[in-house]
Amino acid sequence: MSKKYGNLWYLLFTMPLFLIFLIVVVIPFLIGIYYSFINWNGIPSSPKIFVGLDNYTTLFQDQRFIDSAWNTVKFTVFALISVNLLGLIFALIVTAGFKTSNVARTLLFMPNLIGGLILGYIWRFIFTDGFKQIGATTGIDSIFFNWLLDPNYALLALVIVFTWQMAGYTMVIYIAGIQGISDEVMEAAKVDGANLWHRMTKIIFPLLMPSFTICLFLTLSGAFKIYDVNLSLTNGGPIHSTELFAMNIFNEIFGYGNYGLGQAKAIVFFVIVAIVTITQVIITKRREVQM
Amino acid sequence: MSKAKNGVVSTLIVILALLFLSPIYIMLVNSFKTRAELYENVLALPASFSFEYYAGAIKKMNFLTVFGNSMYVTVATVIFVIVLASMTAWMLVRRDNAMSKIIFFSFVATMLIPFQTLMMPLMQVMDWIRTYLHLPVLNTHEGLIFMNIGFHAGIAVFLYHGFIKSIPIALEEAAILDGCSTFGVFWRIVFPLLKSITVTVAILDVIASWNDYLLPSLVLSDKGLRTIQLSTFYFFGEFTIVWNQAMAGLTLTIIPVVIFYSLAQKYIIKGIAAGAVK
Repeated sequence: MSKKYGNLWYLLFTMPLFLIFLIVVVIPFLIGIYYSFINWNGIPSSPKIFVGLDNYTTLFQDQRFIDSAWNTVKFTVFALISVNLLGLIFALIVTAGFKTSNVARTLLFMPNLIGGLILGYIWRFIFTDGFKQIGATTGIDSIFFNWLLDPNYALLALVIVFTWQMAGYTMVIYIAGIQGISDEVMEAAKVDGANLWHRMTKIIFPLLMPSFTICLFLTLSGAFKIYDVNLSLTNGGPIHSTELFAMNIFNEIFGYGNYGLGQAKAIVFFVIVAIVTITQVIITKRREVQM
Repeated sequence: MSKAKNGVVSTLIVILALLFLSPIYIMLVNSFKTRAELYENVLALPASFSFEYYAGAIKKMNFLTVFGNSMYVTVATVIFVIVLASMTAWMLVRRDNAMSKIIFFSFVATMLIPFQTLMMPLMQVMDWIRTYLHLPVLNTHEGLIFMNIGFHAGIAVFLYHGFIKSIPIALEEAAILDGCSTFGVFWRIVFPLLKSITVTVAILDVIASWNDYLLPSLVLSDKGLRTIQLSTFYFFGEFTIVWNQAMAGLTLTIIPVVIFYSLAQKYIIKGIAAGAVK
């Protein structure tokens, strides 16, 4: 079998893409590890000084980096809950068999197609001028004020925009999961007298575990790596209070020119993303049931 | 459930979905308002529909040029990814040796690496290629397309690989007996069978490439090369924000997305679900 397509064909078919992939992904990843051990300001003629693990010890004392890590964790936890809750609710509504389900599904998914940068700018207008004005006219200015000037509300604003972007996406995946549950099982449960709550908690949710695995993975890695919305909505402000992981790394490297330190942060970032997402997949996979 | 109740709930569902899209409404109505109108009430409909701010935004964003740039980069990326990833994945499935396993594993394993971990060393690699091999990989659309192909390779090979495994090999064997070359077997027999997964890969790539901001911002420095995302970023950075014109600009950037969505809505939702579930 393996001789059917000769070696030359094999190389001709696989090598073009694999070489591009090596140059763009694998080699940068490997030399990125090397860069994390040096001190360099990014100017080609400047010396690259080997400093061993210094960058790694420095970054754990960098309060701004620690803050950004903490903010990313807070953001991710809230985003995870709100995206999946809303996505699941949407999916349950859309699969309930109403005439307008398809229209609703189409509309609810739409924000996901718009780029994060543009979503952030639309909402920047709403959270600044829009909210201020609504507060002034309705008098409810304890809720409606310029959210982006308050550190806590600015982070919450990020959660809202991310939820707006991702809820439709998880909805599509939950819909696929719900439609995969056979009608027979649901009918049998109804005949046996299971009410809506029991059908949800005893049948739908356990059988949706594979969808949960996927959605949690996608929102978790998406939230951890968020950059575009962060840039256009708050740009890290007010005073770095919403500067998340990815933005902190970008600013360290290209803003302050600390290429070595920034790359060390980037490696730590990768390790955290890998550990968190792999752990999550293992945990939720274990809870999946077979029909 | 009675017909009347179904009708009421159906209407409520659409209202809910439209409320969910209210930010789009806010963007749209304010793109037509004068400054005074805008600051009077952001939620109200405009008194008159003036396209004045659109004309201004088109000019400031250099919209026609950046739209063309985005189209070129996206279309070229998608075509290259489809051609190269389908060929690669097919060979990896059909010649399942140690080398294939290593190649496939490296495609899949690197999908977890965040872009921020690669961006700085990637720029160094591209700089060497430009300096020592004299290839114009920086500040050109072709360089951006090259890097896009590398970044989209993992997921595309992964999706094709899973799909091709389920295709029976008998057809290919028959074609080989008939004297068809390897190239012919792939393009005439196999590739047409991959249509549904090709649509999925194309849709995921169109969205990823069209909406990408960070990589183009690192690669492209000439004003004339900017994509829609870059131009939007500079539009918000260079001028003190005139919100009505800004809203017109944002509406312009969304129009192509909405057209794409309305034409391929069915495939997009299916493709997204298929791409994620695998």
